[in-house]
Amino acid sequence: MKKIILFTLAVFTFSVSGYAQKYFTKSGKITFDATASSSPEQIEAVNRSATAVIDIKTGAIQFSVLVKGFSFERALMEEHFNENYMESNKFPKSEFKGTIANNTTVDYSKDGTYNVKVQGKLTIHGVTKDINTDGKLVIQGGKINATADFNVLLTDYGISIPGLVADKVGKTAKISVNCSLELFKG
Amino acid sequence: MKRFQLYALIAAISVFANTASAQDEDLLSMVGGDEKPQKERVKYAFKSPRVINSHSIEFLNPGTLDFRILHRFGQLDQGYKNFFGLDQASMRMSFDFGIMHNLMAGVGRSTFKKELDAFVKYAPIRQSTGGKLSSPVTLALVSGITMDGMPWADPSRTNYFTSRLAYYFQAIIGRKFSEGFSLQVSPTMVHRNLVQLEGDPNNIYALGVGGRLKLSKRIALTWDYNHVLVGMPDSGYYNPLSVGVDIETGGHVFQLHFSNATGMNERAFITETTGNWGKGEVRFGFNLSRVFQLKKKKKD
Repeated sequence: MKKIILFTLAVFTFSVSGYAQKYFTKSGKITFDATASSSPEQIEAVNRSATAVIDIKTGAIQFSVLVKGFSFERALMEEHFNENYMESNKFPKSEFKGTIANNTTVDYSKDGTYNVKVQGKLTIHGVTKDINTDGKLVIQGGKINATADFNVLLTDYGISIPGLVADKVGKTAKISVNCSLELFKG
Repeated sequence: MKRFQLYALIAAISVFANTASAQDEDLLSMVGGDEKPQKERVKYAFKSPRVINSHSIEFLNPGTLDFRILHRFGQLDQGYKNFFGLDQASMRMSFDFGIMHNLMAGVGRSTFKKELDAFVKYAPIRQSTGGKLSSPVTLALVSGITMDGMPWADPSRTNYFTSRLAYYFQAIIGRKFSEGFSLQVSPTMVHRNLVQLEGDPNNIYALGVGGRLKLSKRIALTWDYNHVLVGMPDSGYYNPLSVGVDIETGGHVFQLHFSNATGMNERAFITETTGNWGKGEVRFGFNLSRVFQLKKKKKD
């Protein structure tokens, strides 16, 4: 009897640690485009040092990015982005914490492309909102490539665009995520 | 059997604990999402590389050109006859280039004395946070030259080209104390090759104080004062004080202000300010700045 119990315990413990596999990256790419349709110039920036983690067992998925790490073609845009809109000194980070709703349909042990639905909380400019988006996981050779595109309404996150630049900066920003995650050995 | 129950309980707890933590745990901190504080430059102490008249501790971004048009109108005390000075205007236009994040240079031409001026500004130390060797202040050094373009006052005597020249050397020590408040002091020396009267000193030493107080995200109160310590003539000249607001729009910064100085380069406003604030000998002025990105930053 005792042996059975010990075995059960061992299985539980093993199963928990065995499946608690996490994939991560610290060089994820996140871009955004807030160009208004009438704008003569592109309002877009890229950040190549996003941190992303996926726990394949629970389907938990989290992203974090330093706002100051967004790089613009025009230095003045970058200044306005940090100073006037994102207030990156006050709110240095943007985060997403959520889950893959259909995590069970993804076979992480097999190469392939899986469409996923992600839901969770997105924090930008100190404001947290629930969001849902479709994304894609491409599993190949033990790596996960996670991509997603979604739009956020800037006023939802307390970012107001003054009338003077409304012809350049749009009301919504399209955010694109492209992260290649590797197994976390920690 | 009791023991069995105990084991079952432990098993249940361990499973429960594992799943519970998997839901809530902060995966990001687990992989070191919070990096160690890295050294980071404190940016945007001022909206522009000039407080009003004086150089600020701010630099142009590398690869950018700042086209500036500075206007100073006539004295307010002239009343309606001259529409409070707006009928007369003196200007300086300039091209400033950002070369590196801590190096810039510019050339300008003023109506006042038809003067040309040029300068180089370099910051060996920039205010930063985090990491080792971070500095609480920015130290910037400016070296400039001005050239008077007026006809010779006395053509009958031998005039040398060098008589038209003056130089200035300045150190600016400044700090962005908070998001909304920046302050700087700037000891300055102006050397004039030729002075008007025999008793006038060639070297003038001054101490400047400039600051910015942000009123909103896009509007800031600015002030800029220079106190001449050594070499101030006995009468007729005053220390230049300017007070204004910076208004920022998309690609422009408007600086609107009141000042008792007419000149818009260091030689002119430090050594030749003739307006007296107390008597209302103050001018309305504005600086217009349009920044162009000459070299695009690499995005990929």
